[in-house]
Amino acid sequence: MRGANAIIKALEMEGVRHIFGIPGGAIIEVYDALFDSEITHILTRHEQAAVHAADGYARASGKTGVAFATSGPGATNTVTGIANAYMDSSPIVVMTGQVPTALIGNDAFQEADITGITMPITKHNYLVTDATKLPEIIKEAFTIASTGRPGPVLIDLPKDVTIADIEFNYPEKIDLIGYKPKTAGHPRQIKRASELIMKSERPVILAGGGIRLSEAQEELLKLAETIPAFVVTTLMGKGAISETHPLCLGFVGMHGTKYADYALHEADLVIAVGCRFSDRTTGRVSDFAPYAKIIHIDIDPAEIGKNVRVDVPIVGDAKLVLKELVNHVQYKQRKEWEDKVNDWRRSYPLRYIKEKDKIKPQFVIEKVYELNPDAIVTTEVGQNQMWAAQYFKVKHPRQFISSGGLGTMGFGFPAAMGAQTAFPEKTVVDIAGDGSILMNIQELATCVDYHIPVKICVLNNAYLGMVRQWQELFYNERYSATRLRYEGLSFEKIAKGFGAVGMTVEKPSEVEDALKEAFEIDTPVLIDFWVEKLENVYPMVPPGAALNEVIDKEV
Amino acid sequence: MRHTIAVLVENKPGVLARISSLFRRRGFNIESLAVGTTEKESISRMTIVVSGDDKTIEQVMKQLNKLVEVIKVSDLTQDSVERELALVKVAVTPEKRSEIIEIANIFRARIVDVSRESFIVEITGDEDKINAFIDLMRQYGIKEISRTGKVSMARGKRTV
Ligand SMILES: Cc1ncc(C[n+]2csc(CCOP(=O)(O)OP(=O)(O)O)c2C)c(N)n1
Ligand SMILES: [Mg+2]
Repeated sequence: MRGANAIIKALEMEGVRHIFGIPGGAIIEVYDALFDSEITHILTRHEQAAVHAADGYARASGKTGVAFATSGPGATNTVTGIANAYMDSSPIVVMTGQVPTALIGNDAFQEADITGITMPITKHNYLVTDATKLPEIIKEAFTIASTGRPGPVLIDLPKDVTIADIEFNYPEKIDLIGYKPKTAGHPRQIKRASELIMKSERPVILAGGGIRLSEAQEELLKLAETIPAFVVTTLMGKGAISETHPLCLGFVGMHGTKYADYALHEADLVIAVGCRFSDRTTGRVSDFAPYAKIIHIDIDPAEIGKNVRVDVPIVGDAKLVLKELVNHVQYKQRKEWEDKVNDWRRSYPLRYIKEKDKIKPQFVIEKVYELNPDAIVTTEVGQNQMWAAQYFKVKHPRQFISSGGLGTMGFGFPAAMGAQTAFPEKTVVDIAGDGSILMNIQELATCVDYHIPVKICVLNNAYLGMVRQWQELFYNERYSATRLRYEGLSFEKIAKGFGAVGMTVEKPSEVEDALKEAFEIDTPVLIDFWVEKLENVYPMVPPGAALNEVIDKEV
Repeated sequence: MRHTIAVLVENKPGVLARISSLFRRRGFNIESLAVGTTEKESISRMTIVVSGDDKTIEQVMKQLNKLVEVIKVSDLTQDSVERELALVKVAVTPEKRSEIIEIANIFRARIVDVSRESFIVEITGDEDKINAFIDLMRQYGIKEISRTGKVSMARGKRTV
């Protein structure tokens, strides 16, 4: 069997149904083999978008996403997508074409050392030099990408490898001597954790993206209700517990809810599950949860003790550990703490000033939520992302898809495309900014071409809003290079030019109708909401401040 | 503090690059690194000397462990035999010749190349011994030094 056919066969055996990518000379053989396959290929219009789409597909469905690119510029265009998946532990496999092995190192046409380039941003990568190893390597790649702490794996395929004739034997299982993720937590540590929980008067669970990755939402809910403990989440952990649940305090950190920040700060026990204590979550790390003992449950031992001190480390899969932990704890009433937190929740709700003739960006999100609470929401990066996180209350961990670790503008739209591909029947909405959306706007062509009916809501504030907010608050309103709007720019026309539906909404009274219409149409829609330009995201934990130093706007 | 870490890795192309890339990216300081094969052909052993506080060393070991091709990571700082080899090319004059030979003998170093103007001296031992020898050679004029970096092995029953 030709190497190229072996590759496609292996992908079929892995259960791959969709691939996002762009062909080119070095990977043309693989595309030729793909031509006869049942696998659907979606031709994105930029390789970065192909990788983000594979990433969005993976986050929405739990299945490993797959992206293809050719050598050289095709491969280098995947870099941002790979780094993004790496930071957020998203399982994807990226396959790139490469110049023939005989030419590697000669600066051949469209040669780029993509395995060298992606070494620090992949969980693992391969340069295949022996075609007979193809089946084994593909099996390894899918195993590594999707197990333990998931992440991107890249396979670089020299052209001669894709032409070579090999025997196809797909291994059932592989045994990697250096790769054995630990899944069950240590019984003694679980015991110690349960003792701390039973002693605690002010326990708070901090849930991260690991809940989604290990599908541990039910176990988390059970633990939270048994103790009972309030749950705050990281941005990646949104939906780890339904945000309508009375124990859920929403997301915590730089733009999280004030009551989540206070609760985490005042806690005497933090039970952190599947999170890595990023600086956006902890605030000033030396003053993070100053009164608390910390239990940290994570599958990646290197995350434990990396950013904050930990009293009880538990290395293991969140689902298994929580399932076991809940057996060791009993209900205990903590009335005073409950009242205190609920008091905060009542006193410091998320809020903004509504205005009759100006569209407030928060209002748009509230309306999207009201009309379509079950939608899958993706976001771009900036203020739009934070408002989406604040005002859209998700129920499931796979319902909110956002670039957390890398903060990649241009992620949301192709990620929505990936999520929509995984779930054609669901509504998928990208909450976008007028800056971010332009970073992958070309994917409107893909969406129209393949009937991927993603809805894009541009919160058009005429600025790189989040940067402008920092300039307003910390740089004396010196708006250096953050203005975006100019006479003649029309997102509506751009959308129409691609063959999608475009709308412009300038009045609050039109918001609801526009959204209703968009949700009814079965094609991709872009709505350009002209929102208040100078609106800021609050609450805010200023950079370098502790969580209890959160500031709010006077309303 | 300095730690000596032994790393067993799969003997595959790119492994060394992966490890040095990891050290660079995470800002860990490599003081020396020695690589060679082991009793198993498919496995290589690296000895890495790295400096940092306890938290850094813990991260070094954990991050190394995450690499797919890394099989085992052990800290050999305590209770192990450590050796390094150095070749030192030192200038000789007829008057100093026997003096240098004498010092080499005291250090159990061997003269492995002799020419009219220089010797190459081969010396093995722990780092202090080699440093002491090199210091003594300076007065004669060192032309060149090549050191292997440290290799290490736990004493007694313990194996990595
Ligand atoms: C690729 C990339 N470039 C630059 C940044 C820095 N950055 C963070 S937020 C932001 C502004 C985003 O503007 P917009 O998409 O209009 O969103 P808004 O904040 O206005 O809602 C910028 C430039 C980034 N996160 N990603
Ligand atoms: Mg903007």
